[in-house]
This record gives sequence, structure tokens and C-alpha cells, in this order.
Amino acid sequence: MWILKRTAFYLLVGGIVFVAVFPFYYAIVTSLKSGTDLFRADLWPTTISLANYKSVLTEGSFVRNLLNSLFVSGAVVGLSLLLGVTAAYALARIRFRGRSALLFTILSVSMFPQVALLAGLFELVRMFGLYNSLFALIFSYMIFTLPFTVWVLTTFVRDLPVEVEEAAILDGATPWIIITRVFLPLMWPALATTGLLAFIGAWNEFLFALTFTSNNAQRTVPVAIALLSGNSQFEIPWGNIMAASVIVTVPLVVLVLIFQRKIVSGLTAGGVKG
Amino acid sequence: MTRMKPLPETARAAHSPLTAQRVRSAWLFLAPMLLVLAAAAGWPLARTVYFSFTDASLADLDARQWVGFANYFSVLHMPSGRNLYDGLLVDPVWWRAVWNTVRFTVISVTCETTLGMIVALVLNAEFPGRGIVRAAILIPWAIPTIVSAKMWQWMLNDQFGIINVVLLNLGLISGKIAWTANADTAMAAVLIVDIWKATPFMTLLILAALQMLPREIIEVARLDGANPWQIFWRVTLPLIRPAVMVAVIFRALDALRIFDLIYVLTPNNVHTKSMSVFARENLFEFDKFAYGSAASTLLFLILALLTIVTIRIGRISLDGGR
Repeated sequence: MWILKRTAFYLLVGGIVFVAVFPFYYAIVTSLKSGTDLFRADLWPTTISLANYKSVLTEGSFVRNLLNSLFVSGAVVGLSLLLGVTAAYALARIRFRGRSALLFTILSVSMFPQVALLAGLFELVRMFGLYNSLFALIFSYMIFTLPFTVWVLTTFVRDLPVEVEEAAILDGATPWIIITRVFLPLMWPALATTGLLAFIGAWNEFLFALTFTSNNAQRTVPVAIALLSGNSQFEIPWGNIMAASVIVTVPLVVLVLIFQRKIVSGLTAGGVKG
Repeated sequence: MTRMKPLPETARAAHSPLTAQRVRSAWLFLAPMLLVLAAAAGWPLARTVYFSFTDASLADLDARQWVGFANYFSVLHMPSGRNLYDGLLVDPVWWRAVWNTVRFTVISVTCETTLGMIVALVLNAEFPGRGIVRAAILIPWAIPTIVSAKMWQWMLNDQFGIINVVLLNLGLISGKIAWTANADTAMAAVLIVDIWKATPFMTLLILAALQMLPREIIEVARLDGANPWQIFWRVTLPLIRPAVMVAVIFRALDALRIFDLIYVLTPNNVHTKSMSVFARENLFEFDKFAYGSAASTLLFLILALLTIVTIRIGRISLDGGR
């Protein structure tokens, strides 16, 4: 009976791992095939070919798309952390009227359906001449990274000991000095978590990137992959799509596995999907 | 649980000019963040609502006229005495999109919660290799939605997809199925991919709640002779219910605005088209900018209403801690 239970338990565990990992494994296998091999469903590659990777990285604008995604995600992380840290200090440590209402408003912004902002954002982006520019993306991504960053950092700052700040106030430090000299050094764990989640969010965003860019040179990676097409309309380059998918996913998977614990704590603190 | 820590007593009582200075700097620190949110979220939302009451078109947004509720509902009196109704509220395609979205949300969130609970209970048990399993289930979460849509589109491909090949070899199906194109299976395909991708999120949140539970409670129940089934339903579940509710709310709000997975996995399919896909299609592909704005506005209203109701029911604390 005991053995039966153990076996069933490990079968369940095995099943969970298989379902979680197999699709990505199969994408890797597909990306390593070339020619007619692609159209045979093998569980492992019989011959390994890097032809798909070569064609994705040398033909078309995929490298440019990668750089675009890196630039946009990096800028989004930097900006939302900068705005988030000062705001979190004010929200967590200074008492003023309307603070709860403000926190609630900020949280509710993260619940906005992005489509509801699309028409208004489109007008704004065109008005400022930002259509088909990466800055339109950086600006619009603030909608979902900023509320989350502010929320998580506020919770974190609130739990820092009061004594350090007290000492600094008695020494006559201004709030700006308190933030940069006292809090910032203590906040690295929270900054790493929120920064990483903001990066993932910006790296994966599709709707705004699809709507506010119009040519290949300005596209970010998700849009480029979604619109990757072959020589003819009916020929879908599955090998290239899988190679591109593996290229954009491997860094994310590595990051997530390295920062596993931080991500889990960030997700549970914010309760927000990345 | 986080609790408010009192401000330093000395700073508050003895130096009231200092308090005033702190409040001033608070607003100064908040201003940039609030400005960005107002410009990126508040203003565009207001403009979307405004556009929904006009006849703006994509080609020339400025040449627009106020049309009142015409995008939502209008009646045309024909000379013959018949009335013709027009607008979003009588558009069957819109109601189809609403139905698709609601159906998708209910099924996906139910499955994700159930499966997330099972996986979380497994991961809450002590066994060798637990760390590896936890790392493995993070992989679907880490993969960009577009990439997972493409990966599954390839596996579900009608001609060469591995799923058809395996099912054929096992004799479970008699012919190859075009999973993402068929009327009967397109929604199932979307659901499978979404459940695969979002269950890890549910698992992590439920697991965090499980690990906060004091072990003694479970021990006491076991000593009282309760079997594992009873312990789960009578002890564990009631204790983690608040955390599960929060996770369910966040997932449901996310599911109601789904766009990217459906847009990429099952393009131009009336059987899966969600409210967000409907809105964007009208805004930018059908040259019905104002009509699309009206759909966006309705979607926003539906979500806002649900959010308010669920926050009331779920009693999520507004002060940061839960």
C-alpha cells in the first residue's frame, strides 16, 4: 500500500514536470532541425543543424528587434524604479491626507484593461510624433510596470526599521538624502525583484508594440515573432520561428531560475501577474 | 501581514515645521510618478471614452463630430414604420465576443485554480527533488505569451503537429484535426495554452499560502483521526481561502482582458474572438475607430465594476498589506 502510494505520487510529479517542460523542449528540438526533417515529429533531433539560428540572426531584422526589446525593457526598468523608489518612500514613511486613496488609485491602474487606453494613447502618440518610435512603447509600458513597482516597494519600505531613519532625521538629513543614502542601500533585494518583473513584463508586451510600431526595424521581439513569415503567404517558417523563440526565451528562463526565490516573493507581495 | 510603523515620535511632536517639510517633500516625490500615470493612463482613458461618443475615424482623428450614444445604440425610424436598431448593444459579433471572453475566463480560472491547488499541495510535501520540480513549473510562466502561442501552434499544427501524430498513433482520433482553426476545438486550444501558462502563477500563490500555515493545526486534526481528504476540505482550504481568492481575482481580471494569446494562436476566428480582440480590430483594422472606442469603454466598465465588487467581497486591504 505504501509503495503504491509512493509510486502514484511520483507518477504525478513526473507528469507535472513533463507537461511543464515538454513544449519548450520540443521547441528546442524543432529549432535544431532543418529541411524536411522539420515535418517529422521526432522526440529528439536525429541530426543537429544550426541553419535556423543562422538564418534568423543573419537574414531579416531579428537582431535589430532584439536590441529594440533590450533598449525598451531596460529603459522601462530604469524609469519605473526611479519613479517608484521616491514614490514608495513618500507613501510608506510620510503621513499625509489622502494616502490610502492614492494607493488605491495606483493599484486600480494596474487593473486597467490595456485595450481601453489604446485609442487615447494612439492619439497622444501621434500628437507627439512618437508613432513608430520606441519611446511610445517606453511611455505606454509605464502603465503596467509603475503601479506594480510602487506597490511592492511601498510594502518593502514600510517594513524597514524606523531607527535608521530616525537617526538620519536627527542628524538633519533631508528626505532626499534619506532616500539615497539610507534607504537605497537597504532596498537592493526589492529593487532586484521589481526590476526583474518589470523587465519581464516589458520584454513580453505585445498589444502596444503591435499597435504603435509599423515597420520591422522598430518592432520588438514578440511582434517580430508573431509576424515572422516565409517567402510566400502559405509557407510558415516554423524552424525560424522556433529558433527565434528559443533565443528570446533562454535568457528569461535562466534569469527566472537564478532569481527563483526573489520572483516568488515579489509575486506573492504584489499578487500581480508578470 | 504588514503593519504601519509609527513615525519617530521626536520628529512628529517636537518639530512640526519638520513634519510640514516632510509632507511637502512627499508630494514632490510623488509628483513625477503621478504625472506619468496621469499622462499614460488617466488621460488616454478619458480620450477613449470621449472618442466613443464621436464618429472619429482612424484616417483623420480630428475631423470628428459628437454623435452621442449612437455607437452604443441608435434607432432608425424607416418610412415604412419599421424601426432599425444599430450600435454595439445590438451587435451580435460584440455579444459573441463577450460570451467568448466570459466562457474563457470561467473555464480557464476554474481549471487553473484546481490544477494550481493540486500542484501546490504536491510541492508542499517533502520529497527529494522538490527544488527541481519547483524550477520546472516556473518555465511556462517565464516563456513570453507570444512564444508559447507559437510553440503550441506548432505542436497543434494539423499536418505536422506532434499532438496529432501521437493521438493518431494511439488510435484516439481517426483523422488529423486542425485544432486552432476548427470551430469546435479553437477555444479548447486557447484554453489549453492559457492553462498551461498560468497554472504556475496560481501554484506559486497557493504554495506561499500553504507554507504560512502552522503545521500544528494539521497535526492536531490528524491526531483527531481525520483523513487527508477531510483535513484538506475542513482545515487547509478554509485557512488558505483568502489567499486563493486574491489569486483568483487577479487571474480573472487578467483573463477578461485577454488579447495576445487569442490574436496569435487563433487569428480571425469568431469562435475565440475576445472583447479586447474585437475592440482592437475595430479600432485599427476595420476603420471604425469610434466604434472600437465604444467597445473599449464597455470593456473598461465591465472590469471596473467587477473589480469594485470583488475588492469589496475579497476585502483586500487598501493599505498595502493583505
